Amino acid sequence: MRNKWIARVKGWLDAEDSGLERSMAASQQQPAAMDSDEADAALLAWLAEERERQHDVASRLHDWHERKGSRAIHMLYCLLCVLICTTLIVLLLYTVSTLPSFGSADHPINNEVSARYIESGLQETGAVNIVTGMILDYRAFDTLGESSVLFTAAMVVLFLLRMDAKSEGYSPLARAMRERLHSDTYYEPHNDVILQRTAVILVPIVLLLGIYVVLNGHLSPGGGFSGGAIMGAALMLYVTAFGFDSIRRFFTYKTYQRVVLCALLTYALSKCYSFYTGANGIHSVIPLGTPGAILSSGLILVLNICVGLIVTCTMYAFYAVFRKGEL
Amino acid sequence: MTVIIQLMLVFLIVCAIAVCVTRDLLTSVIIYMSYSMIMSIIWITLESPDLAITEAAVGAGITSLLFFLTLKKIHAIDARNEVRREHARRMSEGEQGGEPDEE
Repeated sequence: MRNKWIARVKGWLDAEDSGLERSMAASQQQPAAMDSDEADAALLAWLAEERERQHDVASRLHDWHERKGSRAIHMLYCLLCVLICTTLIVLLLYTVSTLPSFGSADHPINNEVSARYIESGLQETGAVNIVTGMILDYRAFDTLGESSVLFTAAMVVLFLLRMDAKSEGYSPLARAMRERLHSDTYYEPHNDVILQRTAVILVPIVLLLGIYVVLNGHLSPGGGFSGGAIMGAALMLYVTAFGFDSIRRFFTYKTYQRVVLCALLTYALSKCYSFYTGANGIHSVIPLGTPGAILSSGLILVLNICVGLIVTCTMYAFYAVFRKGEL
Repeated sequence: MTVIIQLMLVFLIVCAIAVCVTRDLLTSVIIYMSYSMIMSIIWITLESPDLAITEAAVGAGITSLLFFLTLKKIHAIDARNEVRREHARRMSEGEQGGEPDEE
C-alpha cells in the first residue's frame, strides 16, 4: 500500500502522464472526423452514446432512491435544508432590522475618517471626485493590491487554459484540443454582416467612452477600473465581430505582457515615491494643479491610466483565453 | 420616486429567485444580466454613480460574457442546438420514410 503511494508520488514528480489526462485526451479525440457530414454523424453518435450513458446513470440513481434507507436520508436532507435556510433568513432579517436607517446622522460610518475625507480631500488630493481621491490617494496601497490580484488571476487563467505550440510538448490533452475540428469556433457564423456593421459603429463609441471615463476619473464618476472594463468590453466586441486574426495586428501576447508590466511598474514606482515623501514628511514636488482641470490632482491621473490599461488588457485576456486558449 | 425604487427592489428579488429556479442556464444568465442593470439604476438613485458605472460594465457586461463563454466551453449551448437539429432531421426522415411503411 505504502509503496504504491510512493510510486504514484514519484511518478507525479517525474511528470508522467496522469491517467486522467490520458482519458480526457482520448475523449476529446473522439469526434475528430475530416468531412463536415462525417463529423456531424460522429458527433451525433457520440451524443447518443453520451445520452445513453446519462440515462443509465439516472436509472441507477432512481433505483437507489427507491430504497427505503435512502428515502429516509432524503427526507432528513430536505428537512435540514429547510431548517438551515429558515434559520439563516431569520438571523439575517433580524440583523438588518437592528441596523441604523439609511442616511441617518448617527450612523457609525459617520466618524472622523469620512469627515476628514469630505472636508480636506479636495485640498490634499486635488481630485474633484472624492471617491477617486480616496481610492487612488489615501488608499492607493489597496488599489495596488487589487490590480496585482487581477494580474495574478489573469496569469493563473493563462497557466491553466493557454494552449499554443509550446504547451503541446507537455501534455497530449493540449494537442488533442488543438487538433480537434469540433473546437469552440466550429458553429460560429464567420463574417456575420449584421454583427460587423454594428461593431463598426459601436466599437469606437465604446472605446471613446472608456477613455473618457479613465481620463476624467478625478473629475467625474468613474475611474481606472470601470473605464478599463468598458474598454475591455469594446475589445471583446471587436474580436467577436472581426476575429482573432484582425486583432492580432495590434494586440498580441507580447503587447499584453509589455503593457501590463509597464503599467504595474509605473504604478508601483509612483506610489513608492509618494509613500517615501509622505512617510518622511518631505513635500512632494508633483503639483496638484487647479481642481477641475484635466491635468490636476498630481499622480491620480497617471495611476488611473495605469489601472485602466491593466484592467483593459486583463479583461480581454480573460475573454481570449476562455474562448480560444491563446491571445 | 420611492414607488419606483420599491418596484425595482421587488424586481430584484423576483430576478434573484428566478435565477435559481430557471432550469435553462442560458436564460438564467440573461436574467442575471437584467438583475445587474436594475442594480446599477438603484446605485444611481443611492447617489453612487461610480458603483453604477462599474456594475453596468462588469456585472451586466463582462461577467455575463464570461458565463456565456463557459456555457459554450461545456457545450451547454451547442448540445441544445445538436438535439434540435437531430430532432428536425428525424422529423423530416419520418415524413419521407413513414409513408412507404404504411403502404
